[in-house]
Amino acid sequence: MGNKAVIIVHSGDMDKIYSALIIGNGALSMGLDASLYFTFWGLQRLKKGALDKGPLSKMHMLGLVKWIVKKRMQKANVASLEKLMKDYKELGGRIIACEMTMEIMGIRKEELHTEWIDEYGAVGTYIHEAKDASITLFI
Amino acid sequence: MKKGGEYINTIEVDVRGQTCPVPLVEFRKAIRKASPGDEVVVLGTHPASKKEIPMACESLGLNVLEVEDKENEWKIRIRRQ
Repeated sequence: MGNKAVIIVHSGDMDKIYSALIIGNGALSMGLDASLYFTFWGLQRLKKGALDKGPLSKMHMLGLVKWIVKKRMQKANVASLEKLMKDYKELGGRIIACEMTMEIMGIRKEELHTEWIDEYGAVGTYIHEAKDASITLFI
Repeated sequence: MKKGGEYINTIEVDVRGQTCPVPLVEFRKAIRKASPGDEVVVLGTHPASKKEIPMACESLGLNVLEVEDKENEWKIRIRRQ
């Protein structure tokens, strides 16, 4: 088994993007390699300016609870998603964007943060990355 | 500081008041930037990171020189191999 964490980021919910980036950063910090495979709703979050724009996975209530959660996160000094992404890239984390999602949802490369993306791929890329990974998750 | 003809730097990482995963990430960033022989000193308050930074050192094959606890703060000294 390789020392690697490979995570499928299917959800675009703000709290789940936090989970993915925190686990990715944790893996890199502990000396593992990490790859995040963004697909479906997750891929929307790679659009420019969209990283923290997802709803909460529960109790979103038109954004009211999200606003409260964000305030509480600020109070607890939780890092922003922008910082977590910056750290993830600095520590050598890989980002893969799902090409099929781009096609289905009509997303063009120019709309995405291409500076974060290492590869554009499909299921074969995920399997290739995950087959020798010691950790793989679907978020 | 000069030790055995080599200059040894001490790099301080102050993550007091920061929460998961920042202490672990900032520790890792400092280790990556340090030169072999340098000492990285992490100051923090986040309880879980006090045990997780030594765990990360173990998986990275780094030498933890000291873990010091004082009231609500901790200090971990690590040698970059």
